[in-house]
Amino acid sequence: MREALWLSLIVAVLVIGSVAWFALRGGRHLGTPTQRATYEALHTASLAALALRAGLSHDSAARAVPHLRTLLGARGAALADLGGTLASDNVDEGHAALLDAPVHAAMSSGRPQTLAPEEHACGDSGCPLEGGVVVPIQVDGVVVGALASTGPASSAGQLRLAGEVAQFVSRHLELAELDRSRRRADQAELRFLRAQISPHFIYNALSAIESFVRTDPERARELLIGFADFTRYSFRSHGQFVTMAEELRLVDTYLDLERARFSDRLSITLRVAPEVLSVVLPSLVLQPLVENAVRHGIEPSERSGKLSIVIADADSEAVVSIEDDGVGADPTYLGRVLSGTSQGPGIGLHNVDERLRAVFGEDYGLTIETAVGAGTKVQMRIPKFHAGVHV
Amino acid sequence: MTEPLILGAIVAVAVGTAVLGARGVRVAKTPADFLVAARRVPPTLNASAICGEYLSAASFLGIAGLALQEGLGALWYAVGYAAGYLVLLAAVAAPLRRFGAYTIPDFAEGRLDSPLLRRAATVMVLVICGFYLLPQLQGAGLTVQEAVGGPAWIGVVVLGVVVVVGIASGGMKGITFVQAFQYWLKLVAIAVPALVLLMLVQHPALTPVNRAAPPIFHKVTKVEFPDAEVVRVQRPVTVDALGVVDGVRRNGPIVLAGGDYRIGAGTTLTFPRGTPAPSVASNAVLSYRQWELPLVRIGGHVAHRLASTYGVVLATFLGAIGLPHILVRFYTNRDGVAARKTTSVVLLLLACFYVFPAIFALLGRLEAPGLYTSGQTDSVVLALPRMAAAGTAGIVLSALTAAGAFAAFLSTSSGLLISMAGALSHDLLRRGVRSFRTSAVAAGVVVTLAALLVGGIAINVLVGWAFAIAASSFCPLLLLGIWWPGLTWKGALLGLVLGGGASSLGVVLTIAGVGKSGWPAVLLGEPAIWTVPLAFAAMVGGSLLTRRSLPRDVTRKLLALHLPERVRVPEVSG
Repeated sequence: MREALWLSLIVAVLVIGSVAWFALRGGRHLGTPTQRATYEALHTASLAALALRAGLSHDSAARAVPHLRTLLGARGAALADLGGTLASDNVDEGHAALLDAPVHAAMSSGRPQTLAPEEHACGDSGCPLEGGVVVPIQVDGVVVGALASTGPASSAGQLRLAGEVAQFVSRHLELAELDRSRRRADQAELRFLRAQISPHFIYNALSAIESFVRTDPERARELLIGFADFTRYSFRSHGQFVTMAEELRLVDTYLDLERARFSDRLSITLRVAPEVLSVVLPSLVLQPLVENAVRHGIEPSERSGKLSIVIADADSEAVVSIEDDGVGADPTYLGRVLSGTSQGPGIGLHNVDERLRAVFGEDYGLTIETAVGAGTKVQMRIPKFHAGVHV
Repeated sequence: MTEPLILGAIVAVAVGTAVLGARGVRVAKTPADFLVAARRVPPTLNASAICGEYLSAASFLGIAGLALQEGLGALWYAVGYAAGYLVLLAAVAAPLRRFGAYTIPDFAEGRLDSPLLRRAATVMVLVICGFYLLPQLQGAGLTVQEAVGGPAWIGVVVLGVVVVVGIASGGMKGITFVQAFQYWLKLVAIAVPALVLLMLVQHPALTPVNRAAPPIFHKVTKVEFPDAEVVRVQRPVTVDALGVVDGVRRNGPIVLAGGDYRIGAGTTLTFPRGTPAPSVASNAVLSYRQWELPLVRIGGHVAHRLASTYGVVLATFLGAIGLPHILVRFYTNRDGVAARKTTSVVLLLLACFYVFPAIFALLGRLEAPGLYTSGQTDSVVLALPRMAAAGTAGIVLSALTAAGAFAAFLSTSSGLLISMAGALSHDLLRRGVRSFRTSAVAAGVVVTLAALLVGGIAINVLVGWAFAIAASSFCPLLLLGIWWPGLTWKGALLGLVLGGGASSLGVVLTIAGVGKSGWPAVLLGEPAIWTVPLAFAAMVGGSLLTRRSLPRDVTRKLLALHLPERVRVPEVSG
């Protein structure tokens, strides 16, 4: 036994050692010189791109500039936005201040500037400003900043390379801008969804309440309070995320109103694992799914309908299934709705699906099982923890 | 030794757990019950569930066994297992719940924004759970050996297979209600036999004894030696031998005149009434004075007992914070306040439980010195009822303790294996149900094989090591992560690697037989005493050196950790 342990210890050390060696060496010896050079350039570029995807700020510039300098093969490099120099690499503060004039010139003219050594260099040998170029960075045709590549001396080659790197930076800043506008669009869509209690639902709820006013005033009063709660929750300006318990409370008030309308035509089963009540999810994810099942599944059906909502605990995730035995739908139609190519009944599903993917990643969309006349089952998984998602 | 009743009790626990689990899922809710369904898990139930998962083979069998063998100092483990929750209560429970992290890797990533740190934390989850799972399987082997009489490896393999199949088939989930039931089962299974035995054993055994003397056989005692052993007899004694003594096969009375005798594996010696228990070479019998000394004495090392004690105290006090399978239970709490309430109830429930292993150790010392001689001290909780109580009563009580022990292995091992499989499938493999199953099977097989390989180390010592590794890796990560804004992911990673690596290395070297005496034995065998400060120092030092890697929104994160829910205002969006 002892021998076996020693043996496994030695094997473990060897394995860890070789993994560490490979991780540190990183396969630096692989490939022909050209392949390695291309690899190095692309690798450096992707590191710079990673930083630039956050947009142009002090922080992202500080992380990107060293990689950009490597790409430029320059002695020093600096990134500036319209407010001035953001970050520089291998250019000390005194020299960076000297760069201000050519940077402004480049940004205001929109043309590359060449650093004349006699104007900027301080005369020391190894001065970083012994030549170089400043090129403007444009996003959608508008100058947003400038890239400086300095030393050892200005050359046509350096200008060409700097121009290309500036293009590269521009492309990634454009992508960052795109990210931002997509997030804004998501926010707008959520606000739209919140404001979008369907007139259909309001009308039905009110007429259901009305039918109780004479026969059962107490019930009518309760329903009216529920209706008020529901509208308040829907219109309320709250955070992007809520807990499962809050979302379920909304579903409860909603179902109370629907039960009043359908009376005994609608039977509802709810099974919720208490472990998942604390799960945090985007607000208004559950209720639209339930509403969809009632409106497009059970309501068009002549028979009485069964609706079941099951929220189960599955290790690090909560699994939500909403099932009805209503009219079902054509799977190809629903596929088009989910991919956003078709607008019509079930568009709420598309919205929920989009938001789940945007928040938790591509793995976490809706799965829908349905066929005409066979009812519908909508499932989603919510991770118990996802970085950046909290109430 | 085969007792159908005992076997029946074990099977009943396994089946009962499965049925409860299946029923718990199927409690259908009609519309009127909706708000009931949505009701939170109350802190008391959640606390019972935490205790159900926490009280493992180490608590149920190990503490009594180790205390019997090494003296009352072993009760420091019991003190530490409970006191760990005091640290958890004061420093971790509420902030962690507010933060919303489900696992420790979640916390690492959410607090320090580093996927690399997350992966390192995942590896530590696997190491800690692995070390914790070993003694559970070993305990199952012991129970089967004691209850059914088969070889130990059968129990190891059976529990391994039951847990792996249960989890891979999705039938054994950590349902709060089931785990809570397990706690009460374990409490009853240890408390009732302990109290009954305490009443039965009101005889000369409890009168003052010669404190310099070893324990005495109060009645005719049959001692089995499963392994070959050298017995040191002080006074001449006539024993009934069945097996090999000094290389000669015996079957009948022989006189042991004094001195050392080599006893072959599988031999049985029957000692007459009133003789002192002989020492065995592998484990010297302690006099009462030595036995009562409240210092830890592991594996017969008598040197540096104070340092060993501090090692155990540090590991167990700080280790409970970092146990991956316990922390996930706090997620079920409604908010920080409920998490604190839960933790205080856990403390109370644990304190209740840990009285009884101490009683078993004391009774075992008085009533079952034979276990001591044959090196079977870990089975004292299982064997004592039949030794001390005659006839059916003894068997019923034995069945009860066997059932409790099996509940202990089952609940803890399933919790651990779920954590391991979750970590493996979530962070190291592709996500999804299939990868979860594959991970559960892979982790289960590896740990079962390791348990077969490692056999023969006291259960509690193995669990103590899991705590030591947790205390040197996750404890500093959580404490500093929650209370110190200056922690960076690079510092945390350095501490995790140094602390976790050093403590794991110490443990592996000890298992491999390095450092048998003196300081090496203490420093490798109780590594927490230096690896915990090392991990803290590495995290603080590393963070101070890498201030540039501070997460950008530290303040927001600390607010999320510390701001009580009631003063939070909902964020206005847009």
